[in-house]
Amino acid sequence: MESLTLSDVEQKYYSDLFVYCDTDNTKKVASNGRVLDLFRAAQLPSEVVLQITELCGATRLGHFGRSQFYIALKLIAIAQSGLPLRVESLNSGESINRIKDLPLPRFVVGKNEAEARHAALYQDPDSQGLYPAPGTAVIPRPPGRGHQNKKGHPSSTSLPVHEVIQPLATTIESQPEPTSPVVSPHQSPPTSPHSWRKHKRQHSGGNAERQPVVAATGAVWTQFREPQTGPVAGDGMWPSHSPPLPGQESWVSFTADTPPSSTLPAMHPSSVQESTTIRTVASAATTNEIQRQSSTYDDPWKITDEQRQYYINQFKTIQPDLTGFIPGSAAKEFFTKSKLPILELSHIWELSDFDKDGALTLDEFCAAFHLVVARKNGYDLPEKLPESLMPKLIDLDDSAEVPEQTADVGYSASPVEVTPNKSPSMPSLNQAWPEMNQSNEQWETFSERSSSSQTLTQFDSNIAPADPDTAIVHPVPIRMTPSKIHMQEMELKRTGSDHNHPTSPLLAKPPELSEEAKLPASMKFVAANTVGDGYSSSDSFTSDQEPITRQRSQSGTSPEALKVVAPPPPPPRPHPSHSRSSSLDMNRTFAATSATGQPQPSTIAYPPAVPPRPLPTQTSVPLTGHRVEAESIAGGGAVLTTTSPQQIPQQPNFADFSQFQAFAASEQPSSLPEVDKHIEPGQGDKPSEGAGPLRTVKSDGQADERPSATVNSGAKGSSGPLAPPPKPVRRRLKSEDELRPEDEQHGPQKSNVIAAVLATQPSIPRSVGKDKKAIQASIRRNKETNTVLARLNSELQQQLKDLLEERISLEVQLEQLRPFSHL
Amino acid sequence: MAVCIAVIAKENYPLYIRSVPTQNELKFHYTVHTSLDVVEEKISAVGKALGDQRELYLGLLYPTEDYKVYGYVTNSKVKFVIVVDSSNTSLRDNEIRSMFRKLHNSFTDVMCNPFHNPGDTIQSKAFDGIVSGMMVQTA
Repeated sequence: MESLTLSDVEQKYYSDLFVYCDTDNTKKVASNGRVLDLFRAAQLPSEVVLQITELCGATRLGHFGRSQFYIALKLIAIAQSGLPLRVESLNSGESINRIKDLPLPRFVVGKNEAEARHAALYQDPDSQGLYPAPGTAVIPRPPGRGHQNKKGHPSSTSLPVHEVIQPLATTIESQPEPTSPVVSPHQSPPTSPHSWRKHKRQHSGGNAERQPVVAATGAVWTQFREPQTGPVAGDGMWPSHSPPLPGQESWVSFTADTPPSSTLPAMHPSSVQESTTIRTVASAATTNEIQRQSSTYDDPWKITDEQRQYYINQFKTIQPDLTGFIPGSAAKEFFTKSKLPILELSHIWELSDFDKDGALTLDEFCAAFHLVVARKNGYDLPEKLPESLMPKLIDLDDSAEVPEQTADVGYSASPVEVTPNKSPSMPSLNQAWPEMNQSNEQWETFSERSSSSQTLTQFDSNIAPADPDTAIVHPVPIRMTPSKIHMQEMELKRTGSDHNHPTSPLLAKPPELSEEAKLPASMKFVAANTVGDGYSSSDSFTSDQEPITRQRSQSGTSPEALKVVAPPPPPPRPHPSHSRSSSLDMNRTFAATSATGQPQPSTIAYPPAVPPRPLPTQTSVPLTGHRVEAESIAGGGAVLTTTSPQQIPQQPNFADFSQFQAFAASEQPSSLPEVDKHIEPGQGDKPSEGAGPLRTVKSDGQADERPSATVNSGAKGSSGPLAPPPKPVRRRLKSEDELRPEDEQHGPQKSNVIAAVLATQPSIPRSVGKDKKAIQASIRRNKETNTVLARLNSELQQQLKDLLEERISLEVQLEQLRPFSHL
Repeated sequence: MAVCIAVIAKENYPLYIRSVPTQNELKFHYTVHTSLDVVEEKISAVGKALGDQRELYLGLLYPTEDYKVYGYVTNSKVKFVIVVDSSNTSLRDNEIRSMFRKLHNSFTDVMCNPFHNPGDTIQSKAFDGIVSGMMVQTA
């Protein structure tokens, strides 16, 4: 055999192992029993083991002498380090450095812990950087003795001189690395302590030379053994896996639960092997760590950074994407390996699957893993998920995990830190945890809310675009201000850019009114009208709803607009009497008006040009009439009538309205809104209040516009008087009434007359006249609303169909997924 | 507040049944069993129409002098039965519906658990908690 150069660490280690294997204390170990176990524990492929045995010469000898054993161990170390097995490498001078660098051969748990502890022991002095401080070491090393021992080994060939090579602390320290692939599925852990014990005894009875060493080691081992063998009933194997590696965490070793004697075959071929390895390495610390941790920290549910790292690695074996999910089936298999009862696993799942989606995110997985670890260590499962285990939302993982991961990195940077070191780190990590958890929870709720709101808004948006102009977007509170605004809007609609109608302080309104208020206005108007709400605001809404008509009425000649807007009334606006039942008042009104000799036009044709300011109420009334043409609902007239009396006391504008009606007769319906707007500006001195103000404003607006309207009346029927773009809404309200008379060319005189009449008369007669127009306008408005609603209905029907289809498909899938009529 | 809550599987065997223990539980078991006939009848009645359209909530299955029995069927033919005391007058239909909804949600959570095999009895603590919350609180 070639000379074997061993460091002192190795020396000691090997001697210990040899003694361990040397059950017969014959200084030579047969290739059986412990040796084989040991070599198997080295987790090397069998062929490698064979090769090693050949190399060390045991095959020649038929047994392992000390030297062979040492050589074998060395070769194992080499093999485990991945270096090619070469006999020369054992001792070659040039490779001494490499040899130095070789970590101690690692064996299975039983051995491993012993070795690890051993290594740890050695580590202390080693880490000090100097071998020559053996005295400080736990285990005294007789440097020379070891060599002598080796040399003086009778059974073995002369072993080379063991140089005192400074043991490499690094190698030992590298052992704690969780990713060590060397650890094999453990074998009987309890046997190891026992064996060590035996070993000690034997040893003491044996070689006196080695005794001190062995005794020392034995003592050391005993020390370790004791905590190891402090058995926790539920923990079973846990105590035996006392952490040899400082810094190792409470790793869960699923395989640790297997009966000690069984060499647990790797759960899965390769990856599991690695994972089991990791677990094994980690498991050593589990029990003690957990116990230590539980005693150290109040919250036993905190996940240390190393644990987390371990869990993350485990997660990666199942799901490489850290942001992805582990499906339930995969998780089930994985956790079933832990040998926990299904009931408990089920409970753990319930706790950890936070979002109840049947899949585990990384956080959920870590929580579940942690719970399994705890359970295996004897901790009862909580009823509720501990806060420290609350999973973060995936949304936040990107943001929250980053800092946490950095923290993990920071922590794992010093894996060798003992538990006490962790305590400062852990609280900080855990502090971060709850914060993040809480923030996550907050985030969670927020995101849920936001998502739901998004869906809502999306839904709305689907409906909205359907009708750009008349679409019922959503009811927008329209300021029921004077017609001026209305007219302004009309103007805006026409020009699309006129926002600066000077007449109305409601300039700000026009944009809203024109665009958004249209539909809702129409809707509201309809509703209002149907309800008989007499607020002019409703009228304005409806009028807004029909910007198009208004526009048309504004832009086009009155007759044209009238035609478009109000099918029934041709430009001339005959309608001597309304047969509509919607507004009896209208009939009455019309009858009255007709009786008065003034046909509709008269009622409709309000004095456009000069709506008498002082009669805002009157004007408002006529305005309503004007509205008829635009879209005033039948009830609008009635509304107007009803409101006008109310408003009369409030505002005199209503009086103007009647004038306005007359005015509007000569004008286009669009004038109505204009009138409204006019009213408002005109109302500068008049109070405009609520719905009333609308009318009053209208009337004022009308009054203002009437002059201009009258000027233009000849030119354009409806839009003339209301030159400034009135609010479409208003327009509608008024236009209906006005539309009817729009084509009628009523000079200002008529309007004046009407206005006067209106002013003088109470609302009723006005309403009669207005009713007709109002009815017509309301009819128009209703029609438009109907179209809008019909459109909306079709869209909704379409959506309903889609949803039903989805539902059917989902149910089909469900049925397919449930082919098994269970049991 | 229910007096007895039961979950019946598709094949009409109980997955979960829990009663207020003060009374003879056997009576409730029997009641639930007989209510299954009514459930079947109701299912088949609506079955003529499209299956999807079938209402999950079946409503009052039948009243006895002591209590009323309400039924609810899922799309997978899992039936929930709630027995309430007739003297408990304040229970409105909406409340019963909400109870069934909660039951259904909790049931789906149990089903989502990969460790639960469909057809096993329900042993989820969360489900137990939900059910306890719906049972009459006995002193």
